[in-house]
Amino acid sequence: MAKMTNQVHKRSLWRTILQYKYFYIMVLPLLAWYAIFSYAPMYGVTLAFKTFDYREGILGSPWIGLEHFRTMMTDLELRRAFFNTIMISLVKLVTHFPTPIILAIVLYEFSRVVARRVFQTILTFPHFISWVVLSGIIVNLMSRDGIMNQLIVMFGGEAISPLVDENSFRPILYITHIWREIGWDSIIYLAALAGINPELYEAAEMDGANRFKRLLHIAWPGIKSTVAILLILHVGQLMSQGASFDQIFNLYSSPVYSVADTIDTFIYRTSFTTGGDFGYTTAVGIMKSFISLVLLVVANTIVKKLGEEGLY
Amino acid sequence: MDAVLKKKRKKWKLFDIVAYIVLGLLTIITFFPFYNVLIVSFASFDAISKSDLYILPKSFDLSAYKLILSDMKFWSSLRNSVIVTVVGVAFSMTLSVAGAYALSKKGMPGRNGMLTLILFTMFFNGGLIPFYLVVKELGLVNNILVMIIPAGLNTFYLIIMKNYFSTIPESLEESAKLDGANDMYILLKIILPISAPFIATFGLFYAVERWNEWWYALIFISDSSKVPLQIYLRETLITSNSLLNSMAMDMATQGNSAKVYTPALQMATIVITCVPIIAVYPFLQKHFNKGIMVGSIKG
Repeated sequence: MAKMTNQVHKRSLWRTILQYKYFYIMVLPLLAWYAIFSYAPMYGVTLAFKTFDYREGILGSPWIGLEHFRTMMTDLELRRAFFNTIMISLVKLVTHFPTPIILAIVLYEFSRVVARRVFQTILTFPHFISWVVLSGIIVNLMSRDGIMNQLIVMFGGEAISPLVDENSFRPILYITHIWREIGWDSIIYLAALAGINPELYEAAEMDGANRFKRLLHIAWPGIKSTVAILLILHVGQLMSQGASFDQIFNLYSSPVYSVADTIDTFIYRTSFTTGGDFGYTTAVGIMKSFISLVLLVVANTIVKKLGEEGLY
Repeated sequence: MDAVLKKKRKKWKLFDIVAYIVLGLLTIITFFPFYNVLIVSFASFDAISKSDLYILPKSFDLSAYKLILSDMKFWSSLRNSVIVTVVGVAFSMTLSVAGAYALSKKGMPGRNGMLTLILFTMFFNGGLIPFYLVVKELGLVNNILVMIIPAGLNTFYLIIMKNYFSTIPESLEESAKLDGANDMYILLKIILPISAPFIATFGLFYAVERWNEWWYALIFISDSSKVPLQIYLRETLITSNSLLNSMAMDMATQGNSAKVYTPALQMATIVITCVPIIAVYPFLQKHFNKGIMVGSIKG
């Protein structure tokens, strides 16, 4: 009997699959893309335990065990890149993360419809411009004869070059990151705020709740879960997107490597400019991916412990 | 709701005034750099050197633009960017729409496994070098397709599209199915027409991504006839495009009316690069304001 039901079950599964055959055809190219460009490279991580030989390829390169991981421990340039990545990401998290939330709340409470549209249009625009272009704009603003130095000189100061100064390079990263993303990032919170039942607001107003109380008891609970999810995602990206390669690579130069070089720029330079062992930079990449995954899991666990819904 | 709006329109409250000032300042600060790019791109050498503070447009000089338009390399990189954008959007949208639609079918055996595999790639990857070697193995180095195929999918967009398709009532599909239409036909003739504005928005998002593409070119393309506009711009800005500069020098030494101001040249290249984005921006904004992202982060 059991065997028979099993067979019936198998046959009905097969029938369902046939029923969905066109959907499988539709999803196939997508799965092939992920197999080739996301999963095939994951096999390539074996390179981290090999020394790369161009002629032999990944498969033929000789194994060297944990050699690269030992080298990583004593690589001072990598250590610097590691701490820079953490520092830049963490400060960005602290300085940038709250800004779109605040902006969304202010925009939501702001009752001038036309002005709000104008503000939002301009504040969101820089997100769609590449870092190549934005850094061109920043370099021009801050150049010797750029508008910033024209102003400084006019007020009797001395011209400065903040982009090649170790003290000012990072603050420029933080500020320009907000410049590019504040408007765009606020959209998701605005959407969450728009989902709040307006009757709640009316009722609160009738009960005499002031703006701050409404914020605390209606707006904040309404966006809390969105904040939690985005926070997890940000923490998961501390090692990668947190210290944006695009932004730093287009703005930095050798005088500020000491404060600007991150793991991503280190991997790029070591692999393609200074001709380092591909095996070594693969090992560095793995370490990065692994730490990111751990951070994501930890952040998710903490958020869940705090009573919010996590990412998974 | 109307009552709320009416009440809100009544008069200026203190909060509105403060918010107006703060938001206004933020907006001006955000906008000013772009304004500066525009006026510098039209600045003549004389106008710049004569003024201590160049904050108002004092000249309308097109020589920087003329110089760029006479550079063959500009035209080849523009051509490459146009190809990458047009073909790239077609490629990305075909894969994303078909895939997202299929993945929105909850009854499909294996669907959850597929989704897990796709989502996992958002949080873990093999890293730059293994990826580089795979792409190299496929013969995509120094090939313009590298900016179209490996760059072609955005998992985040895919998930949003999947969530959107799963909100379309199935009754729409069922009647067509009774008439004997297959699922692909249904997607093309029924689903796509009703989701046109939504699909178009993601087409634009992909278009902006492809137009802004520079990373794949940085890593995989060294042949200067194959670089996109962003890399052309990067060369003009950072390593300073030697050809353009020498052309500017030539004009100056030949006693041509005016010297071209180098920053004007750089800013004019930026303006040209941004024009397509500015052109599609109103359409982009129309849709993302409607809360396209609602419920999008959780798959």
